[in-house]
Amino acid sequence: MKAKIKVYLKQGILDPQGKAVLHAIAHLDYKGVQDVRIGKYIEITFSNSAKQNMKKDADQICKKLLANPIMENYEIEFEDIA
Amino acid sequence: MSVAVIVFPGSNCDHDIYYAFKKVLKQRTNFVWHRNSNLDGYDIIVLPGGFSYGDYLRCGAIARFSPVMQEVIVKAKKGHKILGICNGFQILTESGLLPGVLIKNDNQKFVCKTVNLKVENTNTIFTRLCTENEILKIPIAHGEGNYYCDEETFASLEQNKQIVFRYCNDQGEITSDSNPNGSIQNIAGIINKMGNILGMMPHPERRMERILGNNDGVKILASLCENFTRN
Repeated sequence: MKAKIKVYLKQGILDPQGKAVLHAIAHLDYKGVQDVRIGKYIEITFSNSAKQNMKKDADQICKKLLANPIMENYEIEFEDIA
Repeated sequence: MSVAVIVFPGSNCDHDIYYAFKKVLKQRTNFVWHRNSNLDGYDIIVLPGGFSYGDYLRCGAIARFSPVMQEVIVKAKKGHKILGICNGFQILTESGLLPGVLIKNDNQKFVCKTVNLKVENTNTIFTRLCTENEILKIPIAHGEGNYYCDEETFASLEQNKQIVFRYCNDQGEITSDSNPNGSIQNIAGIINKMGNILGMMPHPERRMERILGNNDGVKILASLCENFTRN
């Protein structure tokens, strides 16, 4: 069982990494690229025995550790690999 | 007074702050490893600068869950004196002991230089030896020192006089040119409402002796030691 988690900066929070990549894209001569935002992708694998609480646990792990709610949002997608 | 310097894997200003308290200010000072969770008998707890846990995930995010931090949080709530410098400030915000968060510098650079710091509040246990609106020259060295909080939090920081240091120019004016990292309103250091916890990005432990440029850092660290008075 896997939780696939995206953590990304909230709208309005400056993303210097994204800005630097935006500039690099401009150097590549691609037209019309307006903005770049960079986030994190995290995969958590749960054992089968943890399946029952997985959704709640993954959400709490995000809240407590993986995302800082002051500046970040997160999304979780679950995948059954059993 | 006795001082605990907390050491995380990746701390790298721990020896500087140890030297500052032990050799310059002559206080009883010990290192406390992050796995240790006994902080009894210490009057001052310092979270030093560095890159705890390699800054993995977010600066300070992993350190917050180390055994010693559980005890720091307990002591902090009881009113013990806690000082977080640079990475220590980041750990304090991640722990929820101070409001807001420190995000990447807006100029996309690691900034290492001496800055002017305006002391905005001398009525704290950390700044009682400073004079009103004094300008201290103290170095910064960070890539993620851009203080951010929402408007409501900022209003409450101002209202409660929790903003202790701001980046300023030589004349003491708070200008955007003197802001090295994009922090809201040039914030360089804040205290909690109770007044026992200070987080600051600049490094006072690097300005303790005149031979290293000046000793402006003494005013901050000696403020914490009760046996020092304004001369």
